[in-house]
Amino acid sequence: MRYGEYFNETHEQMRRSARKFIESEIAPYLADWEDAELFPRELYAKAAAAGFLGLGYPEEYGGLEADIFHRIAMTEEFIRTGSIGLVAGLFSLNIAIPPILAMGTPEQKRRFIPPVLAGEKIAALGITEPNAGSDVANIETRAVRDGGDYVVNGAKTFITSGCRADFVTAAVRTGGPGFEGISLLVIESGTPGFRVAGKIRKMGWNASDTAELVFEDCRVPAANLIGAENQGFMAVMQNFQDERISMAVMAHAAAELAYETALKYTEERSAFNRPIRAFQVTRHKLVDMATKIEAAKAFNYKVAASIAAGEYPVAEVSMAKNFACEVCDKVAYDAVQLHGGYGYAREYLVERIYRDTRILSLGGGTTEIMKEIIAKYLQY
Amino acid sequence: MKIAVLIKRVPDTASVFAINPDQKSVATDKLKFVMSPYDEHAVEEAIKLKEANGADVVVVSLGPDSAKEVMRTALAMGADEGLLVTGAGTDSLTSKGVAEALAAAVKSIGAELVFAGKQAVDDDASQVAERVAELLEMAHASVVTKFELNGGTAVVNREIEGGSYTLELPLPAVITIEKGINTPRYPTLPNIMKAKKKPIAEKSLADLGLSAEALAPGVVLESLSLPRQNRRNHIIDGDTPARVNELIRLLKEEEKAL
Repeated sequence: MRYGEYFNETHEQMRRSARKFIESEIAPYLADWEDAELFPRELYAKAAAAGFLGLGYPEEYGGLEADIFHRIAMTEEFIRTGSIGLVAGLFSLNIAIPPILAMGTPEQKRRFIPPVLAGEKIAALGITEPNAGSDVANIETRAVRDGGDYVVNGAKTFITSGCRADFVTAAVRTGGPGFEGISLLVIESGTPGFRVAGKIRKMGWNASDTAELVFEDCRVPAANLIGAENQGFMAVMQNFQDERISMAVMAHAAAELAYETALKYTEERSAFNRPIRAFQVTRHKLVDMATKIEAAKAFNYKVAASIAAGEYPVAEVSMAKNFACEVCDKVAYDAVQLHGGYGYAREYLVERIYRDTRILSLGGGTTEIMKEIIAKYLQY
Repeated sequence: MKIAVLIKRVPDTASVFAINPDQKSVATDKLKFVMSPYDEHAVEEAIKLKEANGADVVVVSLGPDSAKEVMRTALAMGADEGLLVTGAGTDSLTSKGVAEALAAAVKSIGAELVFAGKQAVDDDASQVAERVAELLEMAHASVVTKFELNGGTAVVNREIEGGSYTLELPLPAVITIEKGINTPRYPTLPNIMKAKKKPIAEKSLADLGLSAEALAPGVVLESLSLPRQNRRNHIIDGDTPARVNELIRLLKEEEKAL
């Protein structure tokens, strides 16, 4: 389906720009970046200059006004690099900047946002801790006010782009226990007491760096507090909505890439003197993959359209993430299966898609957390 | 100054190609179309010149209505307007007819400088821009890798095997562009939006004072076929040193690869 109600010629032109950018700036080097477990920092500036990093942000901060489907079209095209981790790393600003944009003062926005949209600085989001992930209300990193500063102690983990981030939009505890004691603080990496404790090696997302961060008596100016003190929880929750619908889109786009790759392979690969697609079992498997992808896509677009229309569909966003991730898991599995042994080999794209998509139903809130959210909204 | 850039909508060479059953046309339903890559460099060169010296950049194409897609890309890169030659008689032209139509289009604009890709990547004929130059009696340089405007004179580098010429051409001139002269910019969303509002004029052959009959191709297409892949196998026997020596001999003497 063409989904003409969501995408027009401007989205199509933007896809072309993205494809050209990927073809010349990413595709030739991607295998090396995956092996090196990092992509070069220069890519941020290049992606910014080509108009991708600032997409959807206000012009006054160096952004490019866009609708939600421009962002979706861009995500879909970048996922077609076949490196979901690259997309997560390159666009980590899209989880780190929105809280600043939503709740920051004009001065904070002018200070933090433009350098990131220009690709000069890297922004990361710091929520998850060794002992608290989706359970944001129980984070333990503490920020104690002392004169004009907050003194931060604690640790964050699984922080995408954390190893080389110039700042982290971090959730910290400034008040008592529970969700009412949480604030958002921009912690700059050069601050004494800020330390990258390690780069986490992972099953997938190898092109992006994932960090464990430690704060030891890290003095952060109170001017870096985003929004009012102890009002951070709602901002984190709101931000999760964007992240989750974006991950749902990543999932359907990755599934589609896996499907198309398998489709091509089943035409080229012969067994028992015929292309394996000539077997009914193969065709039916492919059809099941295509059906699931189409349903996930249509639902994701529908939910995105409702967000664009100003609704706040919390249950549906969680449903979209769960459904698309489940589809993606199954499709990636079947795409590997259709490749036989080659599907297990690094040389073949589906091998990476299989590894890179496993995180989608863990990050941004696990499938189980999504289900709890949905149950709550459906008032069970 | 007006600069015309001749651009062509061509199938993406990464597409899977198939020939229609009549064996006289390419099946287009599954093809993705793009601007011919050399033309992108030509558009970029024109826009650079516009940014440096000020100029009006008009992209000119011949083809069906869908050719506007690639014209919009050029407008999003920074060209000012488009002129599409389209309609009856434009779908079956060969290089000669296309050149006559585009020459008339360029003349109607009054362009002093014409850029084009050194060739289109679909038929690789490398004829249209050169023919346009002849028809309009303009100076001409092809396969250009460096371009400068010095008053009314274009100074260009033209690649030849093992070296390059530096040529000076009086304007008006037609210049065909080689890759490597520049890096075409990626149209950003705001520019894509602006491009929607830029005008693309349409002209028929009759509007340009031409008749489809007069432009009719002088050549007849007999049939099309996909390139055949011939894989040759050569299995070398013997112990390892002998096989290595034989392999080196084959690569040197028969394949001339070493």
